[in-house]
This record gives sequence, structure tokens and C-alpha cells, in this order.
Amino acid sequence: MVIYGVALLAGCFLSGVFLGDLLGVVLGVQANVGGVGIAMLFLILISDRLIKQGRLKPVTRQGVVFWSAIYIPVIVAMAARQNVVTALDGGLMAFLAGALAVVASFLLVPVISRIGEPGEALPPLGPGDEG
Amino acid sequence: MNAFDTLSDVLIENGLITAFAFVGIVIWLSYWVSDKLTGGRIHGSAIAILTGLVLAWVGGVVTGGSAGLADVSMLTGIGVMGGGMLRDFTIVATAFGVNFDEIRRAGTGAIVSLVAGVLGSFVVGGLVAYAFGYTDAVSITTIGAGAATYIVGPVTGSALGATSEVIALSIAAGLVKSMIVMTGTPFVAKRIGLNNAKSAMVFGGLMGTTSGVAGGLAATDKRLVPYGAMTATFYTGLGALLGPSVFYFAVRALVE
Repeated sequence: MVIYGVALLAGCFLSGVFLGDLLGVVLGVQANVGGVGIAMLFLILISDRLIKQGRLKPVTRQGVVFWSAIYIPVIVAMAARQNVVTALDGGLMAFLAGALAVVASFLLVPVISRIGEPGEALPPLGPGDEG
Repeated sequence: MNAFDTLSDVLIENGLITAFAFVGIVIWLSYWVSDKLTGGRIHGSAIAILTGLVLAWVGGVVTGGSAGLADVSMLTGIGVMGGGMLRDFTIVATAFGVNFDEIRRAGTGAIVSLVAGVLGSFVVGGLVAYAFGYTDAVSITTIGAGAATYIVGPVTGSALGATSEVIALSIAAGLVKSMIVMTGTPFVAKRIGLNNAKSAMVFGGLMGTTSGVAGGLAATDKRLVPYGAMTATFYTGLGALLGPSVFYFAVRALVE
């Protein structure tokens, strides 16, 4: 059933965010530390095991795949609710602080990507790969 | 009661559903523009995200609120649809089908990128603050932290007792960063080698802004999203840990 997939996703999400909050408390930080990342690891490891055991039926997968496909629309809504006015009101200093930080980080991507074995480029997108 | 009032009541009462329809139309128009006006050179999702930001600006100017288009009474559902809960839930869903070995292979690079990303943004932001005449350690640290993310800035600022003006500036710096990452990433992706899982994880660790990384990678290649998002979610916690402690002490030693 589709709900099993959704519930699996919800369970991974909640446990990840819970652990991220606990980690924040342990470290004495007023923030969640990696909760979403931990949730993603749970989902990857659990779904991998269930698929290998043949216990994740295609209809169950739909409950996860739907939310993955709705990701870009959610990001568009996220963009539409940003506080753009405040960002622009910060003036030149806030703009430079943010913009130069991005430029510095962009420049570091190829440098740090060189650590360890090189990554393999993804195959080009074919038609029908659009979410 | 006229038909328009009835319609607007329906839209307001069913805010989240209205948001689904509204975002659907925005995306449909954006893909049309991408196809017809740019010949597919600028990705439809990049145009949709940029359109979202422009609409957020319009919403902010019209209503004077802080949640962009979501402050317009008929479009409050945008706030739920684009809020942290659904954003993080769908990000986790994108991890479905990801290969764990890819993540393990990028491990060292991802950790280095997190430290370099937080430190690099902090130093750049702090230097800009100093150049603009802020000489006290608390303000420099807070603005530097804002250049990390718009959450690290206020967390650091409140811990150190920064003025509300400086905290507002740190939030603005973080918002600028997140928006530039959202819109600029597809244009530099090729040049910085952003076409594989490993560089996406490094990218997430360097940028750190979850919204920026989520939007920027969505506009570049949706398949990179889970890798970038995974490292990015550790960034704010790391920044909030280092900002009010290590960074503050370092800045204080330098300026006082």
C-alpha cells in the first residue's frame, strides 16, 4: 500500500530530525545538527535492505517517489516565501558579505573535489527524466 | 455576496490546495518560457525558482511582511508548501535510490568541505564587516556568521549579545547568499565540475545554506540534490557550534 511508503519516509524523517536535535543539545548548539542528513541515511540504508529482501513492493515505493517528485514544486514555493525585501534592504555591506562568501565557496568546489578518487559524471538526462 | 467574494473565500479557506494550483501554474509557465524563449538553454526549474523569488519580492513590498508571497491572504498556503517541514520531508525523499557507496567515497572531501565552507564564509563576511567600519569582535563575528547562513548569524549574534541592527544585517547577508546560490549555481555548474555525486557533496558542504543548495541543485540537475543536501544539513549546526566560540575568540584576539 502507498501509505507504507509514506510512513517509512515519515519514520526516517522523524528519527533523523530527533537525533539531529539531540546532537544539537549534546553539543550545546541552538540548532539541529544534520537531522535531515541522518534521515536520508536511514532511508537509503533501510530501503536498500528492504529492496534486497524483496519486501518493498512497487506500490509501496510510490509513496516515497511521489514526495521526491514533488520536491521541485516545494522548492519553488520556498523561493516564493523568502524574505527578499529584507535581503535587499541590508544594503551593500550585507550584499557583499553574502555574495563574496558564495564566490569564495564556488571557487573551492573544484579544489576540494580533488580529494580522494575523482567522481564519475552522471549520464546525460534523457527525455522523461524530468520530475 | 458576489461570485468573486465566494471564490476568494474558497481560495483562502483551502490555502494549501490553492498553493498547489498556483505553483503548478508558475512551473508550467516557467517551462514554457524555458522552451520557447530560451530554447531550453535555461532550465525550466531555474526560471521557476527565480520567478518565485521575484514574486516573493512583490509580496514583501505589497504586504510589508516577512514571508514574501505567503503574506498575501489568498496565498498563505505557499508558506506551508514552501515551509521547512515539507521542504525537509521532500529532500529526505530524494535520497530514495541513492547509492550508499557514492556517499562513503566522498566522505573525506565532504568533511573537509564543511569545515572549509564554514571557515571561508565566516572569514569573508568578517572582512567585509571590518571594511565597512565594524571594529568590535561581537559585530564582526555576527556578520561573518551571517555570511555562513541566515540561521548561524542570529544564533551567534544572540549568544554574543550583538545589537539588533547587526543581527538584522547578518540575516540579510545570509539571505543574499542563499538567493545567489539558488539562482547562480546552474550558470557556474559546468565550470566548477558540478556534474557528479562527489562534487555535489562538496558543493553542499561549502555552501551550507539548505535552501540555496536545494534550489541551486534543483535548477542544475535534480539527481545531484540528495548528495548536496546531505552535507549541507550539517553546516548550520557546525556554524552555530564554531561561531560563538572558536571564531569569536579568534576575532577577539585579532582586533582587541
